[in-house]
Amino acid sequence: MDLLRFVLMRLGKGVIVLFAIAVLNFFLVRAAPGDPAQVMAGEAGAGDEVFLDQLRQQFGLDRPLYEQLWAYLSNYATLDLGFSYRQQQPVLDLILERLPATLLLTGAAFFISLVLGVVLGALAARRVGRWSDSAITTLALVFYATPLFWIALMSQIVFSLKLGWLPNVGFETVGGGYTGIDRALDIIQHLIMPALTLGLFFTAIYARMMRASMLEVAGADFVKTAYAKGLSPAVITRRHIARNAILPVVTLAGLQAGQLVGGAILTETVFAWPGIGRLMFEALAQRDYSVLLGVFFISSAMVVIFNLVTDIIYRIVDPRIGASA
Amino acid sequence: MIMRTYFVAGVAALAFALSSAAQAQVQGGSVSVVVTPEPPMLMQALNQNGPTNMIAGNIYESLLRFNERLEPQPSLAQSWEVSEDGTVYTFKLQENVTWHDGKPFSADDVVFSLDVFLREVHPRWRPIVNNQVKSIEKVDNNTVRLTLKQPFGPLLLAMETASAPIVPKHIYEGTAYASNPMNNTPIGTGPFKFKEWNRGSYVHLVKNEDYWMDGRPYLDEIYWRFIPDAAARAVAYETGEVDVLSGGAVDIFDVPRLSQLENSCVTSKGWEMFAPHAWITINHRNGILGNQQFRQGLMHAIDREFGRDVVWNGFGQLPTGPISSKTRFYDAEVVTYDYDPEKARELIKASGYTGEPLEFLALPYGETWTRWAETIRQNFADVGVNLQIVTTDVPGWTQRTSEWNFDMTFNFLYQLGDPAIGVARSYISSNIIKGSPFANVGGYSNEKADQLFAEAAIVPKEEERQALYTQVQKLLAEDLPVLWLLEMDYPTIHRCNVKNLVTTAIGINDGFRDAWKE
Repeated sequence: MDLLRFVLMRLGKGVIVLFAIAVLNFFLVRAAPGDPAQVMAGEAGAGDEVFLDQLRQQFGLDRPLYEQLWAYLSNYATLDLGFSYRQQQPVLDLILERLPATLLLTGAAFFISLVLGVVLGALAARRVGRWSDSAITTLALVFYATPLFWIALMSQIVFSLKLGWLPNVGFETVGGGYTGIDRALDIIQHLIMPALTLGLFFTAIYARMMRASMLEVAGADFVKTAYAKGLSPAVITRRHIARNAILPVVTLAGLQAGQLVGGAILTETVFAWPGIGRLMFEALAQRDYSVLLGVFFISSAMVVIFNLVTDIIYRIVDPRIGASA
Repeated sequence: MIMRTYFVAGVAALAFALSSAAQAQVQGGSVSVVVTPEPPMLMQALNQNGPTNMIAGNIYESLLRFNERLEPQPSLAQSWEVSEDGTVYTFKLQENVTWHDGKPFSADDVVFSLDVFLREVHPRWRPIVNNQVKSIEKVDNNTVRLTLKQPFGPLLLAMETASAPIVPKHIYEGTAYASNPMNNTPIGTGPFKFKEWNRGSYVHLVKNEDYWMDGRPYLDEIYWRFIPDAAARAVAYETGEVDVLSGGAVDIFDVPRLSQLENSCVTSKGWEMFAPHAWITINHRNGILGNQQFRQGLMHAIDREFGRDVVWNGFGQLPTGPISSKTRFYDAEVVTYDYDPEKARELIKASGYTGEPLEFLALPYGETWTRWAETIRQNFADVGVNLQIVTTDVPGWTQRTSEWNFDMTFNFLYQLGDPAIGVARSYISSNIIKGSPFANVGGYSNEKADQLFAEAAIVPKEEERQALYTQVQKLLAEDLPVLWLLEMDYPTIHRCNVKNLVTTAIGINDGFRDAWKE
């Protein structure tokens, strides 16, 4: 019952936050110089007043700002994300079309980084000061500090161009005509490089956080007690240290999970991955307001939802939180 | 009325067929082309974005095509006649043409497109049809007559596919054009049909089995790939993932490396219709920039050869004036400005410039433009001109340029085959309007130039037009409304076994009709 009240309260707050974000976004995108009509006139290499007026009228930009805001908010209230006149498609369709590719990429990267990060971090903490610890810490630092796009390009040059092992761009072989299991394998081949590139960055963060947190917990009194009562080091690490040390990692993972739907602009761009990050970035460059607002809204909704999920997971991982809150 | 046939198309088509018969064309095959960026839509009459034209130019057709010398060739019109006084154009259409949905094509579609659809939506056709055309009528099912108010030299050139694509009347008549759901599945008469658009990845076109021209197209399908990163595009070509890199798809410094790969060919042809002309736009309203001596000084200060050879890797030619040497009515006999810092300093000093900072709005079109802006700042610094580079993104640039909010900026404009269409617009005072970066945004105004451009567009004889354009080129070269920098090349890189790819003045924009793969 307590949990239900907690969830309902948080959902109510979430709706208010989303409303505020939606209004803020509306003004934010319009604060950027230029509008979609100007961009299209620029791209056409020609344009007169009539052309601009036609476009603005079509986009609804000729109406007063408060009317535009009202139309936008009332659409959103019915979960209608609007229509992209530039691309002649409903915004929701454009987003849903990109969602599988994005979830596959960010989900795979999330999984890789969480598993690898926690395992490597725990390993480094247990062997603190030894060469394997130094190796893990150094690698983590390298992957954390190297720009993503550089790793992405270098891996393309090495694994696609020089070695010829993996395709360098795209979601699947264009014109390959694969179905079923063949198609799945083809997509996995295309997924390996982008998912690893993106995943390694987060692996580095998790590993470092897990290591630091493990070392901190290892010095706590209850760990000494555990040793004193004669438990084996493996059991202590697993049941006492790791379980307590993982809380900050869960916090961070919750933050990352909230951004899964937002996509990964850099990775998607360099690997020509047809995801939401690219959709958003291109919409920004084209001032395609309705698409931009749609992606912003979905992304912020996801952040709100995952924050809530993280809080619930906290209560499961650490029963003390539920009791005191 | 006495009619004179200027051109009998059948003869040219025959000659073309003979010349290309020497090679044995192979039927079938698939070609992958990189085009960048991804276009917003493929309905060419509603959107004239570069990538839209590249893809849709193979789906839609216009009455005419143009060879590399910008001479008209038959397309949907199999022949045409122009009256003695240059005011009546009669187009005889191809027979047995069908739309991609199977419906027959006829003169009704042409009249609807030119007189109704394009008049309402097309920013380039609208001024022509409103100012020059008296009437467009169907003579019979296969003949269309276009009557002008007065002779208009570039009329045939305006029949190019991006400028006047023919759209299906049975789909668009009586609908709201811009929101017609059929815009997502374009129906044309061209050699390729729209199959699928996987957004963010590719557009798939397949062979039109019922194409009116026997034996064409040769290829079975074309994939237009969208790869947002320039370096990744280069790698995709190197690994063999794609066969063709359209002009501008890779950074210019990558072109020499990629063209040296095995089975890799490069050509700068196929851009004659556009002939992109790059220059520095000058805002004549802003203080010293209105001073002719100062502008002449700036022109002498710029090392244009260095820009071409180093920044643009040797691609392109140095222009002498407003008209590109790649197009018609060019005249080289004008005042020229060599790189001469000494002379530049004198002229700038004489102009009364006191060292006030000038703002240069960078063009956000990639690395090469940024580097070019930096070399020009260096050139100007050498002669004591204080240039500050301001950066922005594309919409920001478009807004500031089209609202005259800059001192200087780069721009490059297509010449579109004829000075009356592609050149005059940047210099005539009637085009000093806000709203488009391709108007006369610098505010240059010269009555004599206005008069010459106006007259040259409507005098009936080619020689008379040449004489007038020669005069205007001399005048502008002296006055420097803008600082011309480069006649740009957009090299197309392709596998050598993709044959006959670039055969027209718009290159791969309509080249796939005749292309084949060995």
